[in-house]
Amino acid sequence: MQKQKLDDGVLVKNYIDGNERSLEILIGRHKQRIYSFIYSKVLDRDVAEDIFQDTFIKVINTLKLGNYNEEGKFLPWVMRIGHNLVIDHFRKGNRMPTFKNTEEFDIFSVLSDSSLNAEKTLIKDQIHFDVRRIIEELPEDQKEVLIMRIYRDMSFKEISDSTGVSINTALGRMRYALINLRKIIDKNKIILTN
Amino acid sequence: MEKIYTKDLLNEKKLNPKEETISFLLNYSKSVGVVKNKKDRPIMFHLN
Repeated sequence: MQKQKLDDGVLVKNYIDGNERSLEILIGRHKQRIYSFIYSKVLDRDVAEDIFQDTFIKVINTLKLGNYNEEGKFLPWVMRIGHNLVIDHFRKGNRMPTFKNTEEFDIFSVLSDSSLNAEKTLIKDQIHFDVRRIIEELPEDQKEVLIMRIYRDMSFKEISDSTGVSINTALGRMRYALINLRKIIDKNKIILTN
Repeated sequence: MEKIYTKDLLNEKKLNPKEETISFLLNYSKSVGVVKNKKDRPIMFHLN
């Protein structure tokens, strides 16, 4: 059976209706044209990559929010977004000049790498240890929510499911946990910064 | 008559973005959703 090529307008509509595959087809169909256009303006592969990405993030957001109203003119619309972002890039460049590394000067020779600083690492470990000790002082229900949220990176929905309380209760417990942490820190005059 | 964008088109090289960029965009698209607020205005949010 012969595959029929779907119109951009149809793909846009399908995507708005929730068909993610349509976006993949649209990007695949136009990526070379749009990326080449951006590159022809900025003449830098990395910058072109960033602008291409930002262009499609705008496209996705606009389509998802239902703000697209140019049926049948998808490519010119995307090109216009890309073009505007290229202009923004050059405007930003004028305010904040960038430079490339040369043989004489390498930016990384003047940027410190904090991960290599043993003293900072020790202080950071000490702070983390102190925070964990303070967390132990919290009421059980607040401690449980705070550990799930901060240390296990769980969403409030997941915390709610896991503890059997509502999302609002979990949010409230987190709020009280933070308030109580501050109280303990103030009361004991604990300094957590370096 | 020559169209004003002809020069740009001639200067364009045939280049493609990286696969990682495309993957990022497709994942980004799947990770955002839209709900309507009380005033029926759409609000975008990121799914966990």
